[in-house]
Amino acid sequence: MASMAQAIRMALHYGEDKLGVTDIFGEDVGAPLGGVFTCTQGLKTTWNTPLDERGIIGAAIGLALAGQKPVAEIQFCDYIFNTIDLLKLAGNNNWCSNGQYPLDMVVMTPVGAGIHGSVYHSHSFDAWATRLAGWKIVMPSTPRDAYGLLLSAIQDPNPVMFMAPKALLRIKGEELIPGEPEDDKELKERIDAPVGEARKNWVPNWPALEFSNIEIGKANVVREGEAATVVTYGRMVHVAKAVAEKLSAEGYGQIEVLDLRTLYPYDWSAISSSVLKTGRVVFLNEDTEITNFGEHLLRRTIEEHYYNLRAKPRVLAGAHIPGVGLAPPLEEASIPQPKDLEEILKEMISELT
Amino acid sequence: MSEISMATLEKPASIPAQPFKDKNFSIYYFKQMLRIRALEERLIKMMRSGDGYFWIGGPGEEAFSVALGAQVHKGHGVDYDFLHLHYRSNGIALTMGSPMIDFVRQMKNTANDPFSGGRNFVAHICKKEWNIVPVTSPIETQFACAIGTGIAQRRAHQQNKTKGVTVVVGGDAGTAEGEFASCLIWASRPGFELPMLIITTNNGYGISTPGSTQHGEKHIADRAKAFGIEAAVVDGNQPEKVWAAVQTAFDHIRETSRPYFLEVKVSRLHGHSSSSGAARVTEEVCCIEQFEKKLVKNKWITESEIEDFKKQAYAEAQAAHEEVKNEAYPDASTAHDHTFAGGARGGVPGRDF
Repeated sequence: MASMAQAIRMALHYGEDKLGVTDIFGEDVGAPLGGVFTCTQGLKTTWNTPLDERGIIGAAIGLALAGQKPVAEIQFCDYIFNTIDLLKLAGNNNWCSNGQYPLDMVVMTPVGAGIHGSVYHSHSFDAWATRLAGWKIVMPSTPRDAYGLLLSAIQDPNPVMFMAPKALLRIKGEELIPGEPEDDKELKERIDAPVGEARKNWVPNWPALEFSNIEIGKANVVREGEAATVVTYGRMVHVAKAVAEKLSAEGYGQIEVLDLRTLYPYDWSAISSSVLKTGRVVFLNEDTEITNFGEHLLRRTIEEHYYNLRAKPRVLAGAHIPGVGLAPPLEEASIPQPKDLEEILKEMISELT
Repeated sequence: MSEISMATLEKPASIPAQPFKDKNFSIYYFKQMLRIRALEERLIKMMRSGDGYFWIGGPGEEAFSVALGAQVHKGHGVDYDFLHLHYRSNGIALTMGSPMIDFVRQMKNTANDPFSGGRNFVAHICKKEWNIVPVTSPIETQFACAIGTGIAQRRAHQQNKTKGVTVVVGGDAGTAEGEFASCLIWASRPGFELPMLIITTNNGYGISTPGSTQHGEKHIADRAKAFGIEAAVVDGNQPEKVWAAVQTAFDHIRETSRPYFLEVKVSRLHGHSSSSGAARVTEEVCCIEQFEKKLVKNKWITESEIEDFKKQAYAEAQAAHEEVKNEAYPDASTAHDHTFAGGARGGVPGRDF
């Protein structure tokens, strides 16, 4: 099975081959590196930029204004913060022009902790991103979803931010991407650039991929249950699934895990149905907890389902501290851990109503 | 609709080799400058009489505005010039042929404001059919976005032998921002130079702060020269000189596909905006008064003709104002419209759309 990095690469290949992508660019995105996570190796429209994030986002906006179809990368979301003015502009361009200038552009950026990345390679951008009106925001939890969501992002005529949980980029999936060879080794030989001199003249041998997208705005029930709901996305989907399995084995009943896949426009209907079914919900993500995206979902849950709840709803998120520390105990203290989720779920399920 | 409010002044079908030795062309230029001034003065009046909340614009920049507006290759798509303007650029679009009533409608924030549908301040223009991309209030973002249209046009120069130029205009104070540096760097990457006309209209102030107290460089143009970009400084109060400078710049870019930088020294005759009262400043040179004297000296025009032209220009502006006085604001129900392409609404999913 493909890793998420390979899945992204295949979606970008499909995008430039079949969907009209004209430019895939960013820092080290082009040859020889093909991206620090190898997500852009072997593609034909890649090029390298100066190390200038504002220039990168500006270039994407301008290319879209000129009717091109750009995919720009910010190497780590930790470095996207100095582009916030331009991200705001990309989101308001169509609205301010009363519909004259929609911007058909994608920005990809790796997010989150889990690779011992210390202060500037571990941050999240979830809540900031969802405040950017005019953008669609997606985050996959599997290579299959990464492929499908990126195809949708490319196809969408609006600014779409594709956030890839960096700790998952090298993890292989459990589901075949339509068109992907079944043998891992074959895939690697076909689409991974060789190391050293051999890279110079290498060209990939792309598999015959299919357009099999994941619709923006649709959540995925990755585990069904009645005892409680965990609403999450990205890397935390796997934490939630593992905790749900453990608690089920311990007799706490079945816990539903909802993978949002799209942060905006989020699938309220899916959240709502699950909350009405279980009456217990925790919103889980690794961004810092004050003014967290989960807090918005919690607010809607309270406003619309207060009388349907069987236990107080919760947000489990990262600690509100200035950085994710490098030493493992510091990173663990910053990011939600399985034991934290386990504790909350046990408490919720045990709460008598 | 009265005829006069929709009047546009057509530039002569062919521009003489030495335009300012030509009486007809000089009178066209003068009339166009008068129209710009009359429009700006009307907009200030509208603000004062409650037919608008805020005024900002470019009185004092008429000689430059006509030089640029009349020499732009006007049209839609990468084969034509792209215009990344700022909030003192009404005169450029008026010269290009946008009727006065367009600007007056934006001042009054009416539903039929063709630039922003009543959403944005006056002088925040946008006209997709002429590649005028949305003007924004930040004083620097246009320098980053211009990179992208420049890249698209470079490609068109190479592939289709077209000659479209990306024009980006900002004030002197805006050159302190990072995007200005981004623009110079991206426009001059070795082997990847962009066909861009980068213009600084230097009026000597950033809001109320004299540029001389904040900038150590002798000329802003010197900064472009450091990147190997051909650059010039020109007196923007003299039509002959600024016309020739813009012509030289366009010729250079269309011929070489490389960038050109122009620093245009202009006057600011009504201060920064209505926030500082917008009163007429008397100590700065007025390009219209200067040009008028020259026309009289040449015996190309009489005092009574001047008065007549002025009356016509003011009447045109007044008629446009009368026309919009009773036009409606956009309906509150449309606030979410055009958040996304195709008119699609944004807001809270499941509640607003």
